[in-house]
Amino acid sequence: MALYRDEGVVLRTYKLGEADRIVVLYSRGRGKIRAVAKGVRRTRSKFGSRLEPGSIVQLQLYEGKNLDIVTQAERVVSLEAMRSDLDRYGRAAIILEVLDASAVEAESNPAMYKLLTGALRELDRDGNRLVVPAFVAKYLILEGVQPRVDACVRCDESTNLTTIQISEGGVLCRSCPGGEPLTDGARRALEQLLQGRVRHVLDTTPEVVAIELETLVAKLVEQHVERKLRSSSVLYEQLQ
Amino acid sequence: MSVYAKPVEVLIDELGRLPGIGPKSAQRIAFHLLKADKIDAQRLSDAVVAMKEKVSFCDRCFNVAEGEECTICSDIQRDQHVLCVVEEPKDIAAIEKTGAFRGIYHVLLGAMNPLEGIGPDQLKIRELALRVAGENITEVILCTNPNLEGETTAAFIASKILAPFELKVTRLASGLPVGGDLEYADELTLGRALEGRNTVS
Repeated sequence: MALYRDEGVVLRTYKLGEADRIVVLYSRGRGKIRAVAKGVRRTRSKFGSRLEPGSIVQLQLYEGKNLDIVTQAERVVSLEAMRSDLDRYGRAAIILEVLDASAVEAESNPAMYKLLTGALRELDRDGNRLVVPAFVAKYLILEGVQPRVDACVRCDESTNLTTIQISEGGVLCRSCPGGEPLTDGARRALEQLLQGRVRHVLDTTPEVVAIELETLVAKLVEQHVERKLRSSSVLYEQLQ
Repeated sequence: MSVYAKPVEVLIDELGRLPGIGPKSAQRIAFHLLKADKIDAQRLSDAVVAMKEKVSFCDRCFNVAEGEECTICSDIQRDQHVLCVVEEPKDIAAIEKTGAFRGIYHVLLGAMNPLEGIGPDQLKIRELALRVAGENITEVILCTNPNLEGETTAAFIASKILAPFELKVTRLASGLPVGGDLEYADELTLGRALEGRNTVS
Protein backbone atom coordinates (compact mmCIF):
# COMPACT_ATOMS: atom_id res chain seq x y z
CA MET A 1 0.00 0.00 0.00
CA ALA A 2 1.88 3.03 -1.17
CA LEU A 3 1.84 6.05 -3.38
CA TYR A 4 3.69 5.91 -6.65
CA ARG A 5 4.21 8.21 -9.60
CA ASP A 6 4.13 7.37 -13.26
CA GLU A 7 3.39 8.85 -16.64
CA GLY A 8 0.61 7.35 -18.68
CA VAL A 9 -1.91 7.62 -21.49
CA VAL A 10 -5.62 7.27 -20.73
CA LEU A 11 -6.87 4.44 -22.93
CA ARG A 12 -10.50 4.47 -21.92
CA THR A 13 -12.81 5.27 -19.05
CA TYR A 14 -15.87 3.65 -17.53
CA LYS A 15 -18.45 5.31 -15.34
CA LEU A 16 -18.41 4.12 -11.76
CA GLY A 17 -21.11 4.93 -9.25
CA GLU A 18 -22.44 8.45 -8.99
CA ALA A 19 -19.51 10.66 -9.98
CA ASP A 20 -16.43 8.44 -10.33
CA ARG A 21 -14.77 6.82 -13.26
CA ILE A 22 -12.51 3.82 -13.70
CA VAL A 23 -9.62 4.99 -15.84
CA VAL A 24 -7.65 2.46 -17.86
CA LEU A 25 -4.13 3.77 -18.38
CA TYR A 26 -1.09 2.66 -20.29
CA SER A 27 1.83 3.77 -18.20
CA ARG A 28 5.50 4.01 -18.90
CA GLY A 29 6.59 2.11 -15.82
CA ARG A 30 3.78 -0.35 -15.10
CA GLY A 31 2.07 -1.12 -18.38
CA LYS A 32 -1.70 -1.19 -18.19
CA ILE A 33 -3.17 0.16 -14.96
CA ARG A 34 -6.79 0.31 -13.90
CA ALA A 35 -7.44 3.07 -11.43
CA VAL A 36 -10.36 4.89 -9.89
CA ALA A 37 -10.59 8.64 -10.37
CA LYS A 38 -12.92 9.83 -7.65
CA GLY A 39 -15.35 12.59 -8.46
CA VAL A 40 -14.09 13.24 -12.02
CA ARG A 41 -17.59 13.61 -13.37
CA ARG A 42 -18.36 16.50 -11.05
CA THR A 43 -18.09 19.92 -12.64
CA ARG A 44 -15.72 21.07 -9.94
CA SER A 45 -13.45 18.04 -10.04
CA LYS A 46 -9.78 18.80 -9.60
CA PHE A 47 -9.00 16.51 -12.52
CA GLY A 48 -11.15 18.39 -15.00
CA SER A 49 -10.37 17.37 -18.54
CA ARG A 50 -7.11 15.65 -17.76
CA LEU A 51 -8.34 12.09 -17.46
CA GLU A 52 -10.14 11.73 -20.76
CA PRO A 53 -9.22 9.11 -23.35
CA GLY A 54 -6.09 10.07 -25.25
CA SER A 55 -4.60 12.46 -22.68
CA ILE A 56 -1.00 12.00 -21.66
CA VAL A 57 -0.68 12.70 -17.94
CA GLN A 58 1.78 12.62 -15.09
CA LEU A 59 0.06 10.79 -12.27
CA GLN A 60 0.29 10.07 -8.62
CA LEU A 61 -1.58 6.95 -7.68
CA TYR A 62 -2.37 5.18 -4.48
CA GLU A 63 -1.93 1.46 -4.67
CA GLY A 64 -5.15 -0.31 -3.78
CA LYS A 65 -5.97 -3.96 -3.32
CA ASN A 66 -7.84 -4.31 -6.56
CA LEU A 67 -7.91 -0.93 -8.29
CA ASP A 68 -5.48 1.90 -7.66
CA ILE A 69 -6.73 5.38 -6.87
CA VAL A 70 -5.67 8.46 -8.79
CA THR A 71 -4.68 11.10 -6.27
CA GLN A 72 -3.15 13.67 -8.60
CA ALA A 73 -2.98 14.18 -12.33
CA GLU A 74 -1.01 16.72 -14.24
CA ARG A 75 -1.09 17.24 -17.95
CA VAL A 76 1.97 16.42 -20.05
CA VAL A 77 0.48 17.19 -23.46
CA SER A 78 -3.07 18.18 -24.13
CA LEU A 79 -4.31 16.74 -27.35
CA GLU A 80 -6.66 19.62 -27.92
CA ALA A 81 -6.86 19.35 -31.71
CA MET A 82 -8.23 15.84 -31.35
CA ARG A 83 -11.23 16.97 -29.35
CA SER A 84 -12.74 19.04 -32.09
CA ASP A 85 -11.71 17.01 -35.13
CA LEU A 86 -13.72 13.86 -35.70
CA ASP A 87 -11.24 12.29 -38.10
CA ARG A 88 -8.36 12.68 -35.71
CA TYR A 89 -10.39 11.43 -32.80
CA GLY A 90 -11.52 8.40 -34.80
CA ARG A 91 -7.91 7.55 -35.57
CA ALA A 92 -6.82 8.09 -31.99
CA ALA A 93 -9.67 5.85 -30.81
CA ILE A 94 -8.32 3.00 -32.94
CA ILE A 95 -4.83 3.38 -31.50
CA LEU A 96 -6.19 3.45 -27.95
CA GLU A 97 -8.42 0.46 -28.55
CA VAL A 98 -5.59 -1.62 -30.01
CA LEU A 99 -3.47 -0.98 -26.93
CA ASP A 100 -6.37 -1.64 -24.59
CA ALA A 101 -7.09 -4.94 -26.33
CA SER A 102 -3.56 -6.27 -26.18
CA ALA A 103 -1.77 -4.69 -23.22
CA VAL A 104 -1.39 -6.74 -20.07
CA GLU A 105 -1.68 -5.29 -16.58
CA ALA A 106 1.56 -4.76 -14.67
CA GLU A 107 3.78 -5.52 -17.64
CA SER A 108 5.79 -2.49 -18.64
CA ASN A 109 7.00 -1.96 -22.17
CA PRO A 110 8.77 1.38 -22.57
CA ALA A 111 9.18 0.96 -26.33
CA MET A 112 5.44 0.49 -26.71
CA TYR A 113 4.80 3.49 -24.49
CA LYS A 114 7.05 5.61 -26.64
CA LEU A 115 5.29 4.42 -29.77
CA LEU A 116 1.87 5.17 -28.31
CA THR A 117 2.69 8.69 -27.17
CA GLY A 118 4.57 9.40 -30.38
CA ALA A 119 1.60 8.34 -32.50
CA LEU A 120 -0.84 10.41 -30.44
CA ARG A 121 1.34 13.50 -30.59
CA GLU A 122 1.77 13.16 -34.33
CA LEU A 123 -1.97 12.70 -34.73
CA ASP A 124 -2.63 15.80 -32.69
CA ARG A 125 -0.06 17.74 -34.69
CA ASP A 126 -1.28 17.10 -38.19
CA GLY A 127 -3.87 14.31 -38.16
CA ASN A 128 -2.32 12.51 -41.12
CA ARG A 129 -4.31 9.52 -42.35
CA LEU A 130 -1.13 7.43 -42.29
CA VAL A 131 -0.45 7.79 -38.59
CA VAL A 132 -2.58 4.74 -37.83
CA PRO A 133 -0.87 2.53 -40.45
CA ALA A 134 2.55 3.70 -39.23
CA PHE A 135 1.53 2.97 -35.64
CA VAL A 136 0.19 -0.47 -36.51
CA ALA A 137 3.33 -1.41 -38.46
CA LYS A 138 5.58 -0.54 -35.53
CA TYR A 139 3.15 -2.09 -33.09
CA LEU A 140 3.14 -5.41 -34.93
CA ILE A 141 6.95 -5.39 -34.91
CA LEU A 142 7.00 -4.80 -31.16
CA GLU A 143 4.50 -7.60 -30.68
CA GLY A 144 6.67 -9.80 -32.86
CA VAL A 145 4.06 -10.49 -35.52
CA GLN A 146 4.94 -8.21 -38.41
CA PRO A 147 3.57 -9.39 -41.75
CA ARG A 148 5.96 -10.42 -44.49
CA VAL A 149 5.57 -8.10 -47.44
CA ASP A 150 8.82 -8.41 -49.38
CA ALA A 151 8.24 -11.93 -50.68
CA CYS A 152 5.48 -14.50 -51.03
CA VAL A 153 4.85 -16.30 -47.74
CA ARG A 154 4.34 -19.62 -49.51
CA CYS A 155 6.98 -19.79 -52.21
CA ASP A 156 9.45 -16.97 -51.44
CA GLU A 157 8.88 -15.42 -54.86
CA SER A 158 9.74 -11.71 -54.63
CA THR A 159 8.08 -10.42 -57.81
CA ASN A 160 4.45 -10.15 -58.88
CA LEU A 161 3.16 -9.83 -55.32
CA THR A 162 -0.48 -9.05 -55.90
CA THR A 163 -2.48 -10.28 -52.91
CA ILE A 164 -2.23 -10.44 -49.13
CA GLN A 165 -3.35 -13.36 -47.00
CA ILE A 166 -3.77 -11.91 -43.53
CA SER A 167 -4.27 -15.24 -41.78
CA GLU A 168 -0.96 -16.50 -43.19
CA GLY A 169 0.81 -13.31 -42.20
CA GLY A 170 1.96 -11.89 -45.48
CA VAL A 171 1.68 -11.33 -49.21
CA LEU A 172 1.22 -13.91 -51.93
CA CYS A 173 2.58 -13.91 -55.46
CA ARG A 174 0.45 -14.24 -58.57
CA SER A 175 0.88 -18.00 -58.84
CA CYS A 176 -0.20 -18.76 -55.26
CA PRO A 177 -4.00 -18.67 -55.02
CA GLY A 178 -6.07 -16.90 -52.35
CA GLY A 179 -5.78 -13.67 -50.42
CA GLU A 180 -7.19 -10.21 -50.94
CA PRO A 181 -5.98 -7.88 -53.68
CA LEU A 182 -3.21 -5.49 -52.71
CA THR A 183 -1.86 -2.72 -54.89
CA ASP A 184 1.88 -2.43 -55.34
CA GLY A 185 1.86 1.11 -53.95
CA ALA A 186 0.25 -0.03 -50.70
CA ARG A 187 2.58 -3.00 -50.42
CA ARG A 188 5.64 -0.81 -50.89
CA ALA A 189 4.38 1.77 -48.40
CA LEU A 190 3.77 -0.96 -45.83
CA GLU A 191 7.22 -2.39 -46.47
CA GLN A 192 8.77 1.01 -45.87
CA LEU A 193 6.75 1.50 -42.70
CA LEU A 194 7.98 -1.86 -41.44
CA GLN A 195 11.52 -0.78 -42.25
CA GLY A 196 11.01 2.30 -40.10
CA ARG A 197 10.94 4.89 -42.90
CA VAL A 198 7.89 6.50 -41.36
CA ARG A 199 8.59 10.15 -42.17
CA HIS A 200 9.25 9.29 -45.81
CA VAL A 201 5.96 7.41 -46.12
CA LEU A 202 3.99 10.11 -44.30
CA ASP A 203 5.29 12.73 -46.70
CA THR A 204 5.14 10.93 -50.02
CA THR A 205 2.20 8.50 -50.01
CA PRO A 206 -0.75 9.52 -52.19
CA GLU A 207 -4.26 9.66 -50.69
CA VAL A 208 -5.63 6.55 -52.48
CA VAL A 209 -2.83 4.40 -51.14
CA ALA A 210 -3.33 5.87 -47.67
CA ILE A 211 -6.99 4.87 -47.70
CA GLU A 212 -6.13 1.35 -48.82
CA LEU A 213 -3.47 1.05 -46.12
CA GLU A 214 -5.84 2.27 -43.48
CA THR A 215 -8.35 -0.53 -44.16
CA LEU A 216 -5.57 -3.07 -44.50
CA VAL A 217 -3.90 -2.31 -41.17
CA ALA A 218 -7.25 -2.45 -39.38
CA LYS A 219 -7.59 -6.04 -40.61
CA LEU A 220 -4.00 -6.88 -39.70
CA VAL A 221 -4.45 -5.63 -36.19
CA GLU A 222 -7.82 -7.34 -35.80
CA GLN A 223 -6.15 -10.61 -36.76
CA HIS A 224 -3.58 -10.05 -34.01
CA VAL A 225 -5.87 -8.97 -31.17
CA GLU A 226 -8.41 -11.59 -32.26
CA ARG A 227 -11.43 -9.37 -32.14
CA LYS A 228 -13.17 -6.75 -34.18
CA LEU A 229 -12.17 -3.17 -33.45
CA ARG A 230 -15.24 -1.31 -32.30
CA SER A 231 -13.96 2.13 -33.08
CA SER A 232 -13.07 1.28 -36.64
CA SER A 233 -16.61 0.10 -37.28
CA VAL A 234 -18.36 2.95 -35.49
CA LEU A 235 -16.81 6.31 -36.09
CA TYR A 236 -14.36 5.53 -38.75
CA GLU A 237 -16.64 4.18 -41.43
CA GLN A 238 -19.12 6.95 -40.72
CA LEU A 239 -16.55 9.48 -41.71
CA GLN A 240 -15.12 7.97 -44.84
CA MET B 1 -30.60 -21.95 4.81
CA SER B 2 -31.69 -18.35 4.79
CA VAL B 3 -31.59 -16.33 8.00
CA TYR B 4 -34.69 -14.26 7.27
CA ALA B 5 -38.18 -15.20 6.23
CA LYS B 6 -38.44 -15.75 2.48
CA PRO B 7 -40.35 -12.53 1.57
CA VAL B 8 -37.80 -10.41 3.42
CA GLU B 9 -34.96 -12.21 1.67
CA VAL B 10 -36.58 -11.58 -1.74
CA LEU B 11 -37.03 -7.87 -0.99
CA ILE B 12 -33.40 -7.53 0.14
CA ASP B 13 -32.25 -9.17 -3.09
CA GLU B 14 -34.39 -6.86 -5.21
CA LEU B 15 -33.29 -3.72 -3.38
CA GLY B 16 -29.68 -4.86 -3.69
CA ARG B 17 -29.95 -4.68 -7.47
CA LEU B 18 -30.54 -0.93 -7.40
CA PRO B 19 -27.61 1.36 -8.23
CA GLY B 20 -25.57 2.46 -5.23
CA ILE B 21 -27.32 0.10 -2.82
CA GLY B 22 -25.17 -2.65 -1.37
CA PRO B 23 -26.34 -5.68 0.63
CA LYS B 24 -26.14 -3.84 3.93
CA SER B 25 -28.17 -0.82 2.78
CA ALA B 26 -30.68 -3.17 1.15
CA GLN B 27 -31.11 -4.93 4.47
CA ARG B 28 -31.63 -1.64 6.28
CA ILE B 29 -34.27 -0.44 3.82
CA ALA B 30 -36.05 -3.80 3.95
CA PHE B 31 -36.26 -3.72 7.75
CA HIS B 32 -37.36 -0.12 7.70
CA LEU B 33 -40.23 -1.07 5.41
CA LEU B 34 -41.04 -4.05 7.58
CA LYS B 35 -41.47 -1.79 10.57
CA ALA B 36 -43.30 0.97 8.69
CA ASP B 37 -47.06 1.24 8.33
CA LYS B 38 -48.60 -0.87 5.63
CA ILE B 39 -49.91 2.26 3.93
CA ASP B 40 -46.40 3.68 3.53
CA ALA B 41 -45.15 0.51 1.91
CA GLN B 42 -48.21 0.49 -0.32
CA ARG B 43 -47.54 4.07 -1.42
CA LEU B 44 -44.01 3.15 -2.42
CA SER B 45 -45.03 0.10 -4.39
CA ASP B 46 -47.84 2.04 -6.11
CA ALA B 47 -45.41 4.80 -7.06
CA VAL B 48 -43.02 2.31 -8.65
CA VAL B 49 -45.76 0.54 -10.58
CA ALA B 50 -47.42 3.79 -11.68
CA MET B 51 -44.11 5.15 -12.96
CA LYS B 52 -43.43 2.05 -15.01
CA GLU B 53 -46.94 2.01 -16.44
CA LYS B 54 -47.50 5.66 -17.21
CA VAL B 55 -44.12 7.03 -18.14
CA SER B 56 -42.48 6.54 -21.48
CA PHE B 57 -40.35 8.63 -23.81
CA CYS B 58 -41.87 11.68 -25.49
CA ASP B 59 -42.58 11.02 -29.17
CA ARG B 60 -41.11 14.33 -30.18
CA CYS B 61 -38.09 15.01 -27.98
CA PHE B 62 -37.43 11.69 -26.13
CA ASN B 63 -37.69 13.30 -22.73
CA VAL B 64 -39.49 11.17 -20.15
CA ALA B 65 -43.20 11.84 -20.51
CA GLU B 66 -46.55 10.88 -19.10
CA GLY B 67 -48.45 10.08 -22.27
CA GLU B 68 -47.25 10.82 -25.79
CA GLU B 69 -45.81 14.28 -25.31
CA CYS B 70 -43.71 15.59 -22.44
CA THR B 71 -44.71 18.68 -20.46
CA ILE B 72 -42.11 20.82 -22.23
CA CYS B 73 -43.21 19.87 -25.75
CA SER B 74 -46.87 20.48 -24.92
CA ASP B 75 -46.18 23.89 -23.39
CA ILE B 76 -47.05 26.35 -26.16
CA GLN B 77 -45.63 29.27 -24.18
CA ARG B 78 -42.11 28.04 -24.91
CA ASP B 79 -40.01 29.33 -27.79
CA GLN B 80 -40.48 26.75 -30.56
CA HIS B 81 -37.58 28.10 -32.62
CA VAL B 82 -34.69 27.34 -30.28
CA LEU B 83 -33.77 23.69 -29.83
CA CYS B 84 -31.44 22.46 -27.14
CA VAL B 85 -29.81 19.06 -27.72
CA VAL B 86 -28.93 17.11 -24.56
CA GLU B 87 -27.67 13.60 -23.80
CA GLU B 88 -30.07 12.47 -21.05
CA PRO B 89 -33.47 13.53 -19.68
CA LYS B 90 -31.75 14.46 -16.40
CA ASP B 91 -29.75 17.10 -18.29
CA ILE B 92 -33.06 18.81 -19.10
CA ALA B 93 -33.74 19.07 -15.37
CA ALA B 94 -30.31 20.67 -14.87
CA ILE B 95 -30.90 23.25 -17.60
CA GLU B 96 -34.47 23.96 -16.48
CA LYS B 97 -33.20 24.75 -12.99
CA THR B 98 -31.13 27.62 -14.38
CA GLY B 99 -34.28 29.31 -15.66
CA ALA B 100 -32.19 30.78 -18.47
CA PHE B 101 -33.65 28.73 -21.31
CA ARG B 102 -37.21 28.93 -22.63
CA GLY B 103 -36.92 26.88 -25.80
CA ILE B 104 -37.53 23.21 -26.54
CA TYR B 105 -35.33 20.14 -26.18
CA HIS B 106 -34.14 17.06 -27.98
CA VAL B 107 -32.73 14.14 -25.97
CA LEU B 108 -30.20 11.89 -27.69
CA LEU B 109 -30.40 9.20 -25.00
CA GLY B 110 -26.62 8.84 -24.83
CA ALA B 111 -23.42 10.05 -26.45
CA MET B 112 -21.20 8.68 -29.17
CA ASN B 113 -18.44 6.51 -27.80
CA PRO B 114 -16.45 4.65 -30.43
CA LEU B 115 -14.50 2.77 -27.77
CA GLU B 116 -17.77 1.25 -26.53
CA GLY B 117 -19.15 0.74 -30.01
CA ILE B 118 -21.83 3.42 -29.63
CA GLY B 119 -22.26 5.32 -32.88
CA PRO B 120 -24.84 7.76 -34.24
CA ASP B 121 -27.20 4.93 -35.14
CA GLN B 122 -27.69 3.99 -31.50
CA LEU B 123 -28.70 7.55 -30.60
CA LYS B 124 -31.66 9.71 -31.55
CA ILE B 125 -29.63 11.60 -34.13
CA ARG B 126 -31.67 10.68 -37.17
CA GLU B 127 -34.77 11.87 -35.31
CA LEU B 128 -33.00 15.16 -34.64
CA ALA B 129 -32.34 15.64 -38.35
CA LEU B 130 -36.01 14.97 -39.10
CA ARG B 131 -37.11 17.51 -36.51
CA VAL B 132 -34.77 20.17 -37.80
CA ALA B 133 -36.02 19.55 -41.32
CA GLY B 134 -39.70 19.51 -40.37
CA GLU B 135 -40.01 22.14 -37.63
CA ASN B 136 -39.36 25.83 -37.88
CA ILE B 137 -36.12 25.93 -35.90
CA THR B 138 -33.69 28.83 -36.14
CA GLU B 139 -31.09 27.87 -33.56
CA VAL B 140 -29.75 24.56 -32.26
CA ILE B 141 -27.79 24.64 -29.02
CA LEU B 142 -25.56 21.60 -28.55
CA CYS B 143 -25.65 20.93 -24.81
CA THR B 144 -23.91 17.57 -24.66
CA ASN B 145 -21.48 16.96 -21.80
CA PRO B 146 -18.13 18.75 -22.01
CA ASN B 147 -16.21 15.46 -22.04
CA LEU B 148 -14.65 13.63 -24.96
CA GLU B 149 -17.79 11.65 -25.81
CA GLY B 150 -20.07 14.67 -25.61
CA GLU B 151 -17.76 16.81 -27.69
CA THR B 152 -17.42 14.13 -30.33
CA THR B 153 -21.19 13.93 -30.49
CA ALA B 154 -21.52 17.71 -30.77
CA ALA B 155 -18.85 17.86 -33.47
CA PHE B 156 -20.53 15.05 -35.37
CA ILE B 157 -23.97 16.66 -35.22
CA ALA B 158 -22.62 20.07 -36.21
CA SER B 159 -20.54 18.88 -39.15
CA LYS B 160 -22.48 15.89 -40.48
CA ILE B 161 -26.11 16.49 -39.60
CA LEU B 162 -26.80 20.20 -39.29
CA ALA B 163 -24.40 21.54 -41.91
CA PRO B 164 -26.95 21.44 -44.78
CA PHE B 165 -29.56 23.43 -42.84
CA GLU B 166 -29.62 27.17 -42.68
CA LEU B 167 -29.62 27.80 -38.97
CA LYS B 168 -27.47 28.98 -36.12
CA VAL B 169 -25.64 26.13 -34.36
CA THR B 170 -24.16 26.96 -30.98
CA ARG B 171 -22.23 25.02 -28.38
CA LEU B 172 -22.37 25.44 -24.63
CA ALA B 173 -19.41 27.54 -23.39
CA SER B 174 -16.67 26.07 -21.23
CA GLY B 175 -15.28 28.04 -18.34
CA LEU B 176 -14.68 28.19 -14.65
CA PRO B 177 -17.22 27.04 -12.08
CA VAL B 178 -18.55 29.90 -9.99
CA GLY B 179 -17.13 29.74 -6.48
CA GLY B 180 -13.97 27.85 -7.42
CA ASP B 181 -10.28 28.69 -7.21
CA LEU B 182 -8.34 29.59 -10.33
CA GLU B 183 -5.27 27.58 -9.36
CA TYR B 184 -7.21 24.31 -9.34
CA ALA B 185 -8.69 24.76 -12.79
CA ASP B 186 -7.32 22.35 -15.37
CA GLU B 187 -5.38 23.77 -18.32
CA LEU B 188 -8.03 23.05 -20.92
CA THR B 189 -10.87 24.64 -19.00
CA LEU B 190 -8.81 27.68 -18.05
CA GLY B 191 -7.60 28.01 -21.63
CA ARG B 192 -11.16 27.98 -22.90
CA ALA B 193 -12.26 30.41 -20.23
CA LEU B 194 -9.60 32.80 -21.49
CA GLU B 195 -10.63 32.31 -25.10
CA GLY B 196 -14.25 32.99 -24.27
CA ARG B 197 -13.62 35.95 -21.94
CA ASN B 198 -16.18 38.73 -21.72
CA THR B 199 -15.64 42.44 -22.06
CA VAL B 200 -16.35 44.16 -18.75
CA SER B 201 -16.28 47.74 -19.87
